[in-house]
Amino acid sequence: MTSTKRPEGGLKVRISNSFFWVLVCFLLIFTSSCTPNDPYRASEREDNTFYSTFNEAPKHLDPARAYSSDEYDFLGQIYEPPLQYHYLVRPYALVPSTAEEVPVPVYIDRSGRKLPQEVSPEKVHRAIYEIKIKKGLMYQEHPAFAKDALGEPMYAQLTHKDIEGIDEVKDFKVKGSREAKAEDFVFEIMRLADPQLESPISPMLEKYILGYKEFSENLRKDLLAIRKERRKAAGLSYNQTVDEKENPIILDYKKYPFPGVEKVDDYTYRIILKTKYPQFVYWLAMPFFSPVPEEAAAFYKQGPLADKNITLDRFPVGTGPYMIDTFNANMEIILVKNKNFHFEAYPSEGEEGDLEKGLLEDAGKKLPFIDRLVFKREKEAIPRWNKFLQGYYDNSGIASESFDQAVSVSAAGRAELTDTMKDRGIYLMTSVRPSIYYGGFNMLDDVIGGYSPEKQKLRQAISIALDYEEYIEIFNNGRGLAAMSPIPPGIFGHIEGKEGVNQFVYEWDEARKKPLRKSIEYARKLMTEAGYPGGRDKNGRPLVITFDNPWTEADATPMINWYIKKLRLLGIQLENRTTDYNRFQEKVMKGNFQLLSWGWNADYPDPENFFFLLAGPNSKVKYQGENASNYANPEFDRLFKLMENMDNSPERLKIINEMNEIIRKDSPWIWGYHPVAFGLYHQWIGNVKSNSMANNTFKYIKINPDVRKQFRDEWNKPNYWPIIILFSVLVIGSIPAVISVRKKRLGRIKK
Amino acid sequence: MLTYIIRRILYAIPIVIGVNLLTAILFFYVNTPDDMARKILGEKNVTPAAIENWKADHGYNLPTFLNTKEESIGKVTQTIFFQKSVPLFWFDFGRSDRNNIDIGNEIKTRMWASLAISVPMFILGIYVDLFIAMMLAYYRGTYLDLWGLIIGVVMMSVSTLFYIIGGQFIFGKVLKLFPISGYDTGLHSIKFLILPVIIGVISSAGAGIRFYRTVFLEEMNKDYIRTARAKGLSEGKVLFKHALKNSMIPILTNVVVSIPFLFYGSLIMETFFAIPGLGNFTIEAIQAQDFAIVRSMVYLGSILYIIGLILTDISYTLVDPRVRFE
Repeated sequence: MTSTKRPEGGLKVRISNSFFWVLVCFLLIFTSSCTPNDPYRASEREDNTFYSTFNEAPKHLDPARAYSSDEYDFLGQIYEPPLQYHYLVRPYALVPSTAEEVPVPVYIDRSGRKLPQEVSPEKVHRAIYEIKIKKGLMYQEHPAFAKDALGEPMYAQLTHKDIEGIDEVKDFKVKGSREAKAEDFVFEIMRLADPQLESPISPMLEKYILGYKEFSENLRKDLLAIRKERRKAAGLSYNQTVDEKENPIILDYKKYPFPGVEKVDDYTYRIILKTKYPQFVYWLAMPFFSPVPEEAAAFYKQGPLADKNITLDRFPVGTGPYMIDTFNANMEIILVKNKNFHFEAYPSEGEEGDLEKGLLEDAGKKLPFIDRLVFKREKEAIPRWNKFLQGYYDNSGIASESFDQAVSVSAAGRAELTDTMKDRGIYLMTSVRPSIYYGGFNMLDDVIGGYSPEKQKLRQAISIALDYEEYIEIFNNGRGLAAMSPIPPGIFGHIEGKEGVNQFVYEWDEARKKPLRKSIEYARKLMTEAGYPGGRDKNGRPLVITFDNPWTEADATPMINWYIKKLRLLGIQLENRTTDYNRFQEKVMKGNFQLLSWGWNADYPDPENFFFLLAGPNSKVKYQGENASNYANPEFDRLFKLMENMDNSPERLKIINEMNEIIRKDSPWIWGYHPVAFGLYHQWIGNVKSNSMANNTFKYIKINPDVRKQFRDEWNKPNYWPIIILFSVLVIGSIPAVISVRKKRLGRIKK
Repeated sequence: MLTYIIRRILYAIPIVIGVNLLTAILFFYVNTPDDMARKILGEKNVTPAAIENWKADHGYNLPTFLNTKEESIGKVTQTIFFQKSVPLFWFDFGRSDRNNIDIGNEIKTRMWASLAISVPMFILGIYVDLFIAMMLAYYRGTYLDLWGLIIGVVMMSVSTLFYIIGGQFIFGKVLKLFPISGYDTGLHSIKFLILPVIIGVISSAGAGIRFYRTVFLEEMNKDYIRTARAKGLSEGKVLFKHALKNSMIPILTNVVVSIPFLFYGSLIMETFFAIPGLGNFTIEAIQAQDFAIVRSMVYLGSILYIIGLILTDISYTLVDPRVRFE
C-alpha cells in the first residue's frame, strides 16, 4: 500500500511554492521600472536636481566651527559672508556678497589721525573696517522666526512632548523669516569668541581683533564660574557631561564689552583691528563671518531639540541660495532652493576665453539655476565611480583605481580623457589647488638642520635626489606640479618660466622651455662638499636620517620605499618612522624628528598664507605655531614682516622673490608639489569652471534634466537573459540527481 | 525560569562593569585625552590652550580612574571613568566627543537601516542554508552532494569583499538589475536591499550549508529516522518533521546568539552599499577617537551578547523538553 506514495512529494511542493513567490517578487520589482538600477525615486527623474556625493560626513555646519572643505561644500551654499570670490575672473578677486562693497580699511595712528593706505604697519594703531550690508537680505524660512499671536517666539519653550514626531527642522509646521541686519553679523563674531563653540580661528582672531581675547576670556571665566556653582550645588555627584546635556549653559554676550566689533546702524557694522592686516578681507569671504540670527542660536539651545540632534551644527539658518532640507550625514544631505534668496545675477565678465567656452551665456540671469542639490554618502570609490558612469551622479573626482579608465596622458604630457569618456560626453576640468605637500627638515636638528653652507648643501642634495616629478607620475597619476617655492600657481608671487625656477634644484632647459632637475651626480658632489662623500661622514659612518610621517595606510609602503630608494642614491640611509597622526603631531610639537612629510591648504590666496609657515615667530617648538621646520632666518623674518601687511604691488613681488631666494638656498623644505584636482562632469551640466577658492559655486551651475534622462535611460537598459539562463542550467543540472534518487528510493521500496 | 533569568541578569552586572573598565583602560592606553583633543580640534591653529579648554569642556580634564585631589567618594566619582560610564547603566549614552550629537538618538536612527538589511539576510540565510543542507543530505552520495560540498568549500574560501564587488559589478553594472549602492526610507528601500541581501546570503552560505549538512547527516543515521521511514513516512516528512526538529539544539546555538547582534548590522556591507546603519558607526568612532561612541557601542555590544546567551538558553527549553533550568 505504501508504494503508492511519492517519497519526494512533500519536498517538491515546498520548492514550487517558494520559487513561485520569489518569481512574483522579482517580476513586481523589475517591471515597476524600465531602469531597475535607478537609485532615485521615479518622481525625481525629470527634476532640476544636481546629484553628487560626499565621502566624509561633515562634522560641523555651524559657521563658527566649520573649517574643512567637506563642511564648506554645504555651508558655502547656505551662509553668505560679506564677501565672495568672483566665479570667473582670475587671478582670484574678491567681490561683495552680502556687503555693498569690498571694505577698504581706515588706518589711524595713536593720536587718531587717518593714515594713507600704503602706510607701514608699525605706524598703524587701529585698522577700521566699516562694512555696509545690502538691504532686503532675508533669512530662509525657519521655525526660530515663527511668532505666536502676541508676537512672541512660537517655539521658545519646547518640551519633549512638543516635538514628538519632529525629526528635522522641516517638520515644524509654522516657520517665519526676517531681514538680516548688522547686529546678526556682530552676533556671529561674538559667537566666534564663545569658548563653548571652540572656533578654530579663535587663536588667529585673538591676535587681530581689538578686545577679542579679553571678551573670550571673560566668557570663559563665566563658563567656569557657572560650572563651579553647579558643582557646588550638586556635591560629589556632580557630572559635568550629564548636567550640561540636560541644562546647557547659555553665556551672556552682552555682559562684557567687545570694542573690536560694533553695530553702527541696521545696515552697517565695524570691525576694528589692532594692526594693519590687509589679508583680513579674505577672512570676510569665509563662512565664519556670515550673519547668524540670535533667535536661531536661542532656538537650538533647547535641550529637547539637542536630544534629537536638531542643532545649529546640523540645520544651519542662512540667507544663501540654498537651505538644508534633509540632513542625514550617514546617507544623504539635501539642499533646496531658498525662496527668500535675494537677487543675485550671474557674472557678466570673466577671464579671456570664458566667452568662447560659453561661460558668459547666462550673464545677468538670476541665481541659482538648480532647484535641489542632492549629496549621497558614498564611502567607497568603486560604487561611486560606476554610478557616475551610469549617469546617476552628475560629477565625480577620479580615484586612482579608475584613473586609467578615465584619463590618458598624451605624448606631450597633457592629460586627456579616454575615448570611452569622450563617447559619453563627459568633460574634464583641472585646477591647481592652493596647497602644497612638502618634506620638512627639522632646522633644530644637529645633523640635518642648521644654516652653515655645508648643511644647506646637504639639504639641497636631498631635494635634488627626491625627484618629485617621478613621485607625481607614480603615486598621483601625474596630478600635481613640482613646487619651486611654497607659493602655488594662481597666487600672487608665483612666477612661471625661467624666472620662477628654483636654481638650487633645477636647471632651465632652453630647448624644451621647462625646468630640468639637476643630476644625481651633481647632488653627490653637493654631498661631498657637505662633508658626506658617498653618504658617509668623516669617520666613515653612513648618514642615517629618520623620516617621520603619518602614513599608516597599507598602500603607503611603496611611497616610503620610494623615499628610501631615492636617498640610497646618495648613500643616505633613510629610517622610516611611521606613526599615527597623534604621535606624529607630538613629535613635531617637540621637534623630535629629522625629516617629515606634511602639507598645507591655503585659507586665502595670498603669499603670506604660505610664507608664514616658514616665519621664525611661528616656529612649532618655540611658539607652537605652524612653522613645523622651526626655520628661523632673521633676514627672511624681516622681509616677511615687511611683506605680510603690504598690498599686492611690484614692490611686494620684489620682496617675495628675495624671500624665495633665501629659502631656496637654505632649503628648510623639500619643495614637494602642488596637487592638481581633476573633476569630471557629464555633458548635461553647464557653467562649470574650477575655482579653488570659492565654496559657493553651486549657484552658478545649470543642468539639463531632459538630456540627463535620455542618457540615463539609454545607458541603463536592464539585461535579464543571463539570469534566466543561470536558473535554467541549475534546474536542468539537478534533473539527473533527482531521477537517480527517485529510482533508488523506488527500488528500495519495491524490495 | 524567572529565577534563572534574574540570576543571569545579576551575573551580568559585574561583567558589564568589567567590560567598561577594560574599554576605558584600552582606549586611554592608546589615546590620551590630549590625543583626542588634537584629533578632534583639527589640524590648524591647535594651541596647547585650545587643547586644555577642549578637555575641560568635555570632562576629560579629570583623572582617568582615581582623583586623589578629591575627598571620600569624590576620589571615585570625580574621574573620567565614573562620569562617563555610570550613565550608561540607564542607557544615557551622552553626546559624541567629535561633533556633540546625541548618541542614543543616533543609535535609534541608524539601527533601522541595519535591521532592514540584517534581518532579511539572517532569515533568508537560515532558510537557504537549511534548505540546501537538507537537499544535500537528501541527495547524499550523488554528484549533487559532491558538487554541493565542493562549491561550499570554495564559497567559504572567498572573501566577502569579492562577493560584494563582483555582485555590484555583475548585477548592478553589467546586468543593470539593481542599484549599485544607496538607500532610501520606507518601502523605497526595498530595491536597495535586494542585492546586499542576496550577496550576504550567498557569501555566508558555504559555511552554513556545510555545518547544517553535517548536523542533518548525524541525525539521519539515528534509529528514530529509520523508524520513521519504516513507518512509511515520506522523505520530506522525515526530513522536515523529524530530522529538522531533532537537529534544533546545534542550530539554535548557532542562530539565537546572533539575533541581538542583528541590529549592529554589517560593517562591510553597509560601507560598500552606502547603507546608513550601525555597522560602521563604531569603526568611524575609533578612527575619529570618539571615546563617547566607542564606550557606548562596546557597552551595548556586551549587553546584547548577554541577552543572546540568555535567549539561547531559553530556546533550548522550547525545543527540547528534557532541558530544564535549575
